[in-house]
Amino acid sequence: MNILIVGGGMGGTILANNLARRLNPELKSGKVRIIMLSASERHMYQPGLLYVAVGKMMPDEMYRDQRSLLEPTIEFSVDPVEQFNLDQNSVKTKSGATIKYDIMAIATGSRMAPETIPGLAEGAETFYTEDTAVKMFKTLQGFQGGKVVITVGVPHKCPMAPLEITFMLNDYFKERGIRDKVQLHYTYPIGRVHSLENVAKWAAPEFDRLGITYETLFNMKEVDVANKVLRSEEGTDTKYDLLIAIPAHRGMEVIEKGGLGQNGWIPTNRTRLNMEGRNNVYVLGDTTNIPISKAGSTAHFEAEALGENIAAIVKVGTPVRDYDGKVFCFIQAGKDKATYASFNYSNPPDPKAPSRAIHWFKLAYNKLYWSSARGLL
Amino acid sequence: MAEKKVIDARGSFCPGPLMELIAAIKSAQVGDELEVLSTDQGSAKDIPEWLNKVGHEHLGTTETGGVWHVNVRKKK
Ligand SMILES: Cc1cc2nc3c(=O)[nH]c(=O)nc-3n(C[C@H](O)[C@H](O)[C@H](O)COP(=O)(O)OP(=O)(O)OC[C@H]3O[C@@H](n4cnc5c(N)ncnc54)[C@H](O)[C@@H]3O)c2cc1C
Repeated sequence: MNILIVGGGMGGTILANNLARRLNPELKSGKVRIIMLSASERHMYQPGLLYVAVGKMMPDEMYRDQRSLLEPTIEFSVDPVEQFNLDQNSVKTKSGATIKYDIMAIATGSRMAPETIPGLAEGAETFYTEDTAVKMFKTLQGFQGGKVVITVGVPHKCPMAPLEITFMLNDYFKERGIRDKVQLHYTYPIGRVHSLENVAKWAAPEFDRLGITYETLFNMKEVDVANKVLRSEEGTDTKYDLLIAIPAHRGMEVIEKGGLGQNGWIPTNRTRLNMEGRNNVYVLGDTTNIPISKAGSTAHFEAEALGENIAAIVKVGTPVRDYDGKVFCFIQAGKDKATYASFNYSNPPDPKAPSRAIHWFKLAYNKLYWSSARGLL
Repeated sequence: MAEKKVIDARGSFCPGPLMELIAAIKSAQVGDELEVLSTDQGSAKDIPEWLNKVGHEHLGTTETGGVWHVNVRKKK
């Protein structure tokens, strides 16, 4: 029996390791194979991009060798899928190989799509890839003062990133001694500064305290690069000297082009995590269309539920539990305090007061990312 | 006109029903009808507020069994 995992990021790696442990006897006896196809031999710790963008981390610190994160029983190849043939239970890869599967899990992630807003790719700095984060840092270094506008598209991965980059920019300009020459202006798509109500309630007064201005109900429409003006769908506009964007995201092109889901989001059953209409294809991480945070923790909890279920399908022919929509995220509340929010489909988040202890735990957890990918946490 | 697109945002706390609508409406055609399902009472207020500001049409909101159905037409 072939279990094919497409994508070697957060979701795919945790799922593969989880399955390799649960199915160790079946792997040893040759009854089961776990095959992982990915697009890179390296695994990126994506939160590191925030630090690269402000010069606090070097790009090479974000990576580990993907093979080193995987159980030895997993057959790993860097050979991205170029075509999904769901009716034939197979995929075609870049090298030209056809790989058959009995069960497939897709975790190809998401990518920013600045090209969807006129002028954005030319006019804005972004930091969701290594190259753009390095470029943003170089631009920041040359910036001597003026109005910095931070703007956010929908959907995007990592709901905390807009607030985090804004607070990090505040610190960056302070450290350079030019904070008084910089106006920081934050825009956000909905009617408060963050989607989680309690986070917004904490962040807005924090913005006021730090002298960060903001405009809510602001959805990017176009960037007038020549005049340095950002216009919104709501009919307002804002001038900028430096524009920093978290553009709207899409799933991978191979998903979109193959007709698996509009904009690359695959219609996914929210509790069973199977692709709608397919009972041997599962989806996890950013590329689902489930209306929850596109975050590593989402991919992690989905991978745990799927690991249990796919192993049970192999062993007894049926899944054993539902995914309950669990998401957990740390929220940095200034330099040395943090809190967290944990929620699922039926229980809203109820963040506790920020504390130093949670801040230290968050820092430790960052370092523990690699253990978590290995499935040891 | 395409058939009504349903955006099932029940149980979505983050990004939440309004963000789901904002994302979906971009891919819709002018004239399309969309229906947002939300278990958050706040949607009954914040979705129409945004529609009004941005210039799409609010076709009405109903509630059954703790689920709000917010109906929308894309106008531009
Ligand atoms: C700046 C930033 C900060 C973040 N901070 C946090 C945070 O603090 N907490 C948190 O929980 N999350 C955070 N995230 C989000 C988190 O990194 C992602 O949500 C998470 O990695 C999603 O996991 P995934 O498995 O869906 O996709 P990814 O981890 O992105 O993995 C996708 C994989 O698919 C592979 N792939 C792509 N195309 C193909 C193909 N055609 N064939 C085969 N393989 C393919 C890629 O090579 C990659 O290995 C952050 C993200 C960013 C960018």
